[in-house]
Amino acid sequence: MTVAPDDLVSRRVTLGAAEDEAEAMFERGWTDGLPVVAPTPERVAHMLTGTSRDPGEVVAVVPPNLVPCTVEKVAVNAVLAGCRPEYLPVVLAAVEAACTDAFNMHGLLATTWFSGPVVIVNGPVAHAIGMNSGVNALGQGNRANATIGRALQLVVRNVGGGRPGEVDRATLGQPGKYTFCFAENEADSPWEPLHVTRGFGAGESTVTLFAGEAPRGFADQLGRDAPQLATNLADALLTVWGTRAVMAFDAFVVVSPEHARVFRDAGWSKQQVVDELHERMLRPGHELVRGSGGIAEGVDPAFAEAQIPKFRPGGLNLVHAGGGAGLFSAIIGGWASGALGSDIVTVAVRD
Amino acid sequence: MARVLLDPTAETRPDTRERATRPDTLDGRTVGLLDIAKARGDVFLDRIEEHLTAHGLRVERFRKPTFTKPAPIDLRHEIATRCDVVIEALAD
Repeated sequence: MTVAPDDLVSRRVTLGAAEDEAEAMFERGWTDGLPVVAPTPERVAHMLTGTSRDPGEVVAVVPPNLVPCTVEKVAVNAVLAGCRPEYLPVVLAAVEAACTDAFNMHGLLATTWFSGPVVIVNGPVAHAIGMNSGVNALGQGNRANATIGRALQLVVRNVGGGRPGEVDRATLGQPGKYTFCFAENEADSPWEPLHVTRGFGAGESTVTLFAGEAPRGFADQLGRDAPQLATNLADALLTVWGTRAVMAFDAFVVVSPEHARVFRDAGWSKQQVVDELHERMLRPGHELVRGSGGIAEGVDPAFAEAQIPKFRPGGLNLVHAGGGAGLFSAIIGGWASGALGSDIVTVAVRD
Repeated sequence: MARVLLDPTAETRPDTRERATRPDTLDGRTVGLLDIAKARGDVFLDRIEEHLTAHGLRVERFRKPTFTKPAPIDLRHEIATRCDVVIEALAD
């Protein structure tokens, strides 16, 4: 939407003649520790050309301070983060998703666990704005990936008031809390994309938010058949949160093209891969009860005779991304799942 | 020319509120014990309850549905109307 800079309603902050712009923004606490782009009225007005939404429209109520956040405030933070205007609709959708009761951004912020919002982008918008779903998809170097995730975190920090050491109580945190955003490689995937699995149309654009920790690598370089790969991957997935945690934490597997090819060659659908993994992760309760194996952590002894799944139904999800070389995939472990913590949330990107 | 930036924050200031007056004594008071639903919080609160009841105090127990979310407003209201003092237990 075209808006004159003078019509923007955010408070004006006038810098002194001798103030360094970058230092002034650090001093005011507006940054995540990295330098930010100065949100001049002209830049914010330009950012708002990326959406047809009214600058005064409330996008979401942002925790922890439960502040109604307008399109304009999101745009100010998108400028800070380094976004281009065409990224703004994706940032708006990410803010909307993060601030749902189901996603529970407040609790995710407050937890001592490592997790933060992981943003997965699907549909035509990902290609249109130049997102990376290929080589180094989870890494640095792509402006859209880097700044969309960062903009979400800056909204939570600046608008919601969620700052490390205050409401953010993470024991260690993780680098993905600066930004963690990538697109799915839909074109080369053997499966339907994530947003279709989650009930959206293939032609729609969406963001999916997951309360995730940093990705960890999983390698299987020697096997060439799907059952063997599934067995090895299931073993690795058992370590999410620790081997004694069951039914309490979700996970994503970012399946790389070379691993996806193994499943494609076997004709395994996405659901079949998930089912095969679930089956391989069933464990007898007596191996998991508190005190067994000399480990205090564990499940209630009442479950000693049960066969216990690692993940709740719907708790294990697959997405396809990464470069064409490397028999590696990534596991992104979650946080307390479901009504007790956070659910995966997908929302449509609106122009 | 002065450089002007737009404030990225909520532009709000925290309210300062007086803390509730602390009672001089717990005699005759009702003490609420709030379990935030973290592992072993009940172990801690069971022990606190033993001490308080040994001193002749009335104790009421409450529990949040989950530690990951703020206490529901109804629960907060119930504690406020039924208790004079509340002890909240963190755990792990």
